[in-house]
Amino acid sequence: MRYLPLTPIDRRDMLATIGAKSVDELFRDVPASARLPGKISGLPDHLGELEVERAFQDFAAKNVSPSTAPFFIGAGAYRHHVPSTVDYMIQRGEFLTSYTPYQPEITQGTLQYLFEFQTQVSLLTGMEVANASMYDGSTGASEAVLMANRITRRNKALISGGLHPHYRAIIETTAHWQGYHAVAGKADPEGLEDPIAKVDKETSCVVVQNPSFFGHVRDFTKLAAACHAAGALLIVVVTEVVSLGLIKPAGEMGADIVVCEGQSIGNGLGFGGPYVGLFATRDKYVRQMPGRLVGETVDADGKRGFVLTLSTREQHIRREKATSNICTNAGLCALAFTVHLTLLGEAGFRRLAELNHAKASELADRVAAVPGVKLLNDSFFNEFTVRLPKPAAPVVEALAGRRILAGVPVSRLIPNDPAVDNLLLLAATETATEAGMAPLIAGLREVL
Amino acid sequence: MVQSLDRSQGRSGGIAAGTSDNPTFTGNRALQIEEPLIFEMGQPGRCGVDLPEPPKVKDRLNGLRRAGEIGLPGLSEPQVVQHYTRLSQKNYAIDMGVYPLGSCTMKHNPRINEKVARLSGIGDLHPLQPMSTVQGALELIDGLAHWLKALSGMPAVAMSPAAGAHGEMCGMMAIAAALEARGERARRKVVLAPESAHGTNPATAAALGFTVKPIPANERGRVDLDALKAALGPANGSEVAAIMLTNPNTCGLFETEIVEISRAVHEAGAFFYCDGANFNAIVGRVRPGDLGVDCMHINLHKTFSTPHGGGGPGAGPVVLSAALAPYAPYPWIVKDGERWRVAEDGAAVDGKPLGRLKAFHGQMGMFTRALAYIMSHGADGLKQAAEDAVLSANYVMASLQDIMTPAFEGPCMHEALFDDSFLKDTGVSTLDFAKAMIDEGYHPMTMYFPLVVHGAMLIEPTESQAKEDLDLFIAALRSLAERAKSGTAAEEFKAAPRFAPRRRLDETLAARKPVLRWRPSNNPPEGDPMKQAAD
Repeated sequence: MRYLPLTPIDRRDMLATIGAKSVDELFRDVPASARLPGKISGLPDHLGELEVERAFQDFAAKNVSPSTAPFFIGAGAYRHHVPSTVDYMIQRGEFLTSYTPYQPEITQGTLQYLFEFQTQVSLLTGMEVANASMYDGSTGASEAVLMANRITRRNKALISGGLHPHYRAIIETTAHWQGYHAVAGKADPEGLEDPIAKVDKETSCVVVQNPSFFGHVRDFTKLAAACHAAGALLIVVVTEVVSLGLIKPAGEMGADIVVCEGQSIGNGLGFGGPYVGLFATRDKYVRQMPGRLVGETVDADGKRGFVLTLSTREQHIRREKATSNICTNAGLCALAFTVHLTLLGEAGFRRLAELNHAKASELADRVAAVPGVKLLNDSFFNEFTVRLPKPAAPVVEALAGRRILAGVPVSRLIPNDPAVDNLLLLAATETATEAGMAPLIAGLREVL
Repeated sequence: MVQSLDRSQGRSGGIAAGTSDNPTFTGNRALQIEEPLIFEMGQPGRCGVDLPEPPKVKDRLNGLRRAGEIGLPGLSEPQVVQHYTRLSQKNYAIDMGVYPLGSCTMKHNPRINEKVARLSGIGDLHPLQPMSTVQGALELIDGLAHWLKALSGMPAVAMSPAAGAHGEMCGMMAIAAALEARGERARRKVVLAPESAHGTNPATAAALGFTVKPIPANERGRVDLDALKAALGPANGSEVAAIMLTNPNTCGLFETEIVEISRAVHEAGAFFYCDGANFNAIVGRVRPGDLGVDCMHINLHKTFSTPHGGGGPGAGPVVLSAALAPYAPYPWIVKDGERWRVAEDGAAVDGKPLGRLKAFHGQMGMFTRALAYIMSHGADGLKQAAEDAVLSANYVMASLQDIMTPAFEGPCMHEALFDDSFLKDTGVSTLDFAKAMIDEGYHPMTMYFPLVVHGAMLIEPTESQAKEDLDLFIAALRSLAERAKSGTAAEEFKAAPRFAPRRRLDETLAARKPVLRWRPSNNPPEGDPMKQAAD
């Protein structure tokens, strides 16, 4: 077996050193009733690399990749061009095959890029401090609510009807099993919701999304003020981080915690994961933050270096009193993010955002010109909602039959709500082309 | 040299590398290049991408266009490549050698796994594409699920948890759900966990409102069965919801009374949560389902070799017993005839899902790598890998037991645990010993964990090291132990590491005055080679 270096002679010699007759003797602590007599039956034996690769090519061949079809799907995961440099860098074994940087003297590479990552996230979100990443945006949003509950010592979270339905579901699930209240607003496809009136003295936080799940760009400055007046926190979720190149950041609107899905920068679609959660807050709340934090310090020679810090928040030190049970972050996805953002820089990131907005504007105008289609958004970044004259799910399915991947029917994420049956979410990034838009428009005209 | 001066933003040169011997002009040490932060490298007008001029369109941003600079530095592509390459050279990695970090399972990461994860028909798929266009992806997930169920001997698996700790949350929520269905959730508020447990276990239980009660270990490093039975109390009045147990445990030992433990737990009406962090020791030889486990997360980044990536991403699918299977969270992968489908929130399934724990369908990239690893090994190779891991750990233990001090009598499973009594009165601590290993070219073992052993050193060699590499590692540790025991080397150990990219770092300073991001005002410290001439 190509991954196992020990030879039969090595094994024999090692057993002799140990003083055991066979490897079975080393497993003697396993109760006899639980010892399997041989290998597990019904499972195949090992394969060569060629056979493994073929098997996965067979899986791949049964899918329709966006690289081969007109593609306008977003809803929390966005298809962007990732420069080749990113993937080459993250595949360097020194990054790929290293562990959490517990020994800082020999993990300065990981620690420095995470420190740079934390700085980039702070800058993008307009916040003071960011952690070294979360599993993804969706789990980060749920952790943000828990953090707000700890800070305010309250247990009622208000959830905007503009929040991604999966994010809402995770917060509701956590609320149910961890014992707090999550009060969700109705789905808000028009972008008209105003949660200010619902904020009261029991509210720990309000969770909103910008741009919203339905694409609307909102100013939450007044909501932030209302939250603060009531002693609550404002949590702003961003599922399309590229929007921060063009839209006023939540930090400048008064947000207390900002959570972003960072997938768009550096990380491919990957059928939903792994992605990378960005998590930023105010300095005064840093000790209630979940997740790893990297800080600057000096070594015994006075040289600048970086370490994991403030770990007295974390489970391996605090155990049942930890701020979160989180151990792993998304280190390598954070590396992909930071390498891509470093390539983009100020000018590239802003231009990327402008391109996305321009492509989506063009798509919105063309889709809205299809008879029977109504654009619901006055504002959007690179994604918007349209109302079709018939249910959206079969329309999307019919277009898929023509190898057009035409957005997400809202009913897939918000089932059993007739009010959203005809709604379709469409996204266009810098990867959208005329060769993709033309068949989409033609397809819509035929199917509707 | 000119390039070096450029990178340091025009410092005047002649910089000594701190108090190290033999300073160089640049502060560099041959292949070890001192590297500034990207924020100290950027120049306006530089960019690492070429994007087209955006067409002029009317803003539809609700008047919320971002004003002012974000503050991101501008670097060219070659600068970016050099920056991250230089940073990479400051990291130790599995690809470089023995990485004996106990409990973390730093085994070889095959590159075919990376290749297949990047096939466009797998890596470039949107999670919300019509299900008719992702049949192969769903089949792949189910293929991995099939292996995980077969290897664990459990009937169901929840695939979506993003990491081991997330899987713990999923499993403990499923237990809470089952208790709720029995009307016993209010009564059963206690979770038992050994003192040697991973910190995530008590953290997870506490987050769900359970009170965590420690279970003591016996002198053999195993759960004290009598103490457990006493803690469980009578079946009809027991307040215990579950026991969270790692097996093999964090001392690297198989719980010899595991069958009795699970029987006692079940007789008390409680559930058995197994922390699967150490599944790699027994995969293919023992099925947790045969031990009476009700649920267990499987760290795909440990047992099935998905890369640790400097601390993630991981994946933590949870295998479930028949009693807990109905509560698995959305999404479920379902087969209708010949068609695969994802049952998402609100969809009717054969159960009562506890909710949702993660957006979309889980860590697909990790599923792909893990399945490639599993198929490459097969049933025969997985079993051999577990045996070689256990053999290697016992070989390390046997080869060092005369000079270091094993915490418990053998045999061990996949990791060898030593305490620090061999360092008694030497002036050398476990930390010093570990730092000295760095100078010998090794990543240290896990230190000071588990907490139940004084000055613990937990060595997990894994199955990936050749015998001659293990022999050199053993010889190096013997040499260090001998030097420590000579009683004259304490100062030398305290000064270690001497040859790493950095010497010991001041963690107290980092925590007392947290500097968690770069700002234009934080300059490198006085002793740093990057100290800017401009200051």
